[in-house]
Amino acid sequence: MWEGNVWPSDPNYIPQTGMERCLRLRRRSSRSCLERPVILLPDTSHLPPEHSDVVIVGGGVLGLSVAYWLKKLENRRGGIRVLVVERDHTYSQASTGLSVGGICQQFSLPENIQLSLFSASFLRNINEYLAVTNAPPLDLQFNPSGYLLLASEKDAAAMESNVKVQKQEGAKVCLMSPDQLRNKFPWINTEGVALASYGMENEGWFDPWCLLQGLRQKVESMGVFFCQGEVTRFVSSSQRMLTTDDEMVILKRIHEVHVKMDHSLEYQPVECAIVINAAGAWSAQIAALAGIGKGPPGTLQGTKLPVEPRKRYVYVWHCPQGPGLATPLVADTSGAYFRREGLGSNYLGGRSPTEEEEPDPANLEVDHDFFQEKVWPHLALRVPAFETLKVQTAWAGYYDYNTFDQNGVVGPHPLVVNMYFATGFSGHGLQQAPGVGRAVAEMILQGSFQTIDLSSFLFNRFYLGEKTQEDNTM
Amino acid sequence: MAAPWLSLRLVAPMWNGTRGIHRLGGAVVPEGNQKKERTMLQFLTNHFYDVEALRGYLLQREMSKVHMKNRSFTWLEEQHGPYCAGAFFILKQGGAVKFRDKEWIRPDKYGHFSPEFWNFREVPVEAVDASDCEINYEGLDNLLLLKELQSLLLQRCPHVDDWCLSRLYPLADSLQELSLAGCPRVSERGLACLHHLQNLRRLDISDLPAVSNPGLTQILVEEMLPSCKVVGVDWAEGLKLGPEEQPQDTASPVLA
Repeated sequence: MWEGNVWPSDPNYIPQTGMERCLRLRRRSSRSCLERPVILLPDTSHLPPEHSDVVIVGGGVLGLSVAYWLKKLENRRGGIRVLVVERDHTYSQASTGLSVGGICQQFSLPENIQLSLFSASFLRNINEYLAVTNAPPLDLQFNPSGYLLLASEKDAAAMESNVKVQKQEGAKVCLMSPDQLRNKFPWINTEGVALASYGMENEGWFDPWCLLQGLRQKVESMGVFFCQGEVTRFVSSSQRMLTTDDEMVILKRIHEVHVKMDHSLEYQPVECAIVINAAGAWSAQIAALAGIGKGPPGTLQGTKLPVEPRKRYVYVWHCPQGPGLATPLVADTSGAYFRREGLGSNYLGGRSPTEEEEPDPANLEVDHDFFQEKVWPHLALRVPAFETLKVQTAWAGYYDYNTFDQNGVVGPHPLVVNMYFATGFSGHGLQQAPGVGRAVAEMILQGSFQTIDLSSFLFNRFYLGEKTQEDNTM
Repeated sequence: MAAPWLSLRLVAPMWNGTRGIHRLGGAVVPEGNQKKERTMLQFLTNHFYDVEALRGYLLQREMSKVHMKNRSFTWLEEQHGPYCAGAFFILKQGGAVKFRDKEWIRPDKYGHFSPEFWNFREVPVEAVDASDCEINYEGLDNLLLLKELQSLLLQRCPHVDDWCLSRLYPLADSLQELSLAGCPRVSERGLACLHHLQNLRRLDISDLPAVSNPGLTQILVEEMLPSCKVVGVDWAEGLKLGPEEQPQDTASPVLA
């Protein structure tokens, strides 16, 4: 924008970066060098550093998990400089804090089961993984009550084969017939239920905010930089290369990330080697900034990241005659789910809307009519005691919904070679965060997945059209 | 050789009245790093990150000691059968075991126990008293080998928490007595997963500091296990006092 000693002639020039402000002061001070020989550097403590090895866009549980594992698996202490950029330090719209906090191993894909098992052992030993000197031990408030998934006639065969896969991977799940269900949980109405699968260990729900705070504390103590700002631009360079079939591909490499401060035009260009997209529901915007999807549709350049925000409601109600202390998280055949909350006969739950009923994700306002018409009838059918419930409160949160196959996107992009994804988990990101964080860190530091093989979650599948579909989503 | 700490001059700097206030100031504020540390506190302040790293290392070492104690005795299980392997694990931790129709075997104050139980290959273990032992989730691997256990006492175990309780369901057929009195990490969430143990006849949940509402928890657990005698707190403890008495503390808040 200007070079050498030529000062921009525009009198309304506002210096944009810290560097430019420093130079303006230097120029000022050089004019009055007799009075003020000292060069005053402006305060840049609110700005992120100018260089960083890894920039993680998004400071939710997935971003912090990647930061934690990068620092844990680095070969030398202080070997990697990591910067986490989070737009909203209050996490008011972040999916992590608004999540119901469940963890279960009842998936159909072996990778999902393994990720969830690892997360359970991470949460169990959380005070060893996230120990910080002088900080009190973390209390995750984990309820090991398990998940109970109900299946109708047509889903019973699929459930049986899923349970077989889960048992093979090491999850402790058992199948129950309607009679056994009535025996164990007398408050349930087994009309329309052909089979149920019940997780007995390592399943339940916990406080996601505690996990987030614990990760944040530990990661700060390990030396990760934090910045509250928004990523507005990627500066990248391209290179043309020929594939083995003599096709031309344009490979891009991101060199700089422009981080804009809150309520200000000020931005800091952060020079980086690797960018990790962990922006959750807004990952598609970050991907678009990097040029992913800008090309003719049907080609690899034209394949966008198919992650979009989807709003989901959670309602809390009080029902004094409801199911007792041993209630698991029950997921009904209709998609409605509920669980107990605390000792005082409070329950919380919701239901995923169908494609036609999808609410507008522009804001996080709650639609109470949705509960009256679409959730309560199913709950009251399954648990007759819920006919007399009283809704206390409700909130809404976003799923980073992968419209392609509702499973996460992990790993590098084939064309933008130094952007790695850790997003798109469509409602089970929280329970898979520790495993995914480790997988991404292994990919970056060692070049391939070492412990859990997540090759079926790579970005390529969107272009190749190969769906890794997960059957059990809520 | 003289104790190394003597060279640090752990004596507080003496106020020498004749020297005046400035000299004392000089002793308190170290002039550069070359000045020898006059007190232990100054030494620690100058080596803050070293001390923090040392504390982190000591914490990790304590944790790995507990892990070592709770390792799996799979080789013993192959050689001597599950009952002897489980019994050895408990005795090594400092607990006591009782085989069916035999006497209690306890380690003495030096940790030695009689090796007669190695002969009881086929005799199942009936009762285990693991009070004050450092059993954790991994150690339960060994405890769950004892398939016909009838009585399990886990009083005041510092590492038994909600995750461990969720792992007790394989003993559901035989377990009749369970005691968790005084375990600092057990809360009502772990007690919720005891509903698998339908044959339980006596459950002791007294003195659990992590349970937020002992009276209400007792009622809910009694509802959950109808044929079990739940020994714990007096359920009237959680009730508000009448209007004529001064309330000691406010009633527990209604959960939102």
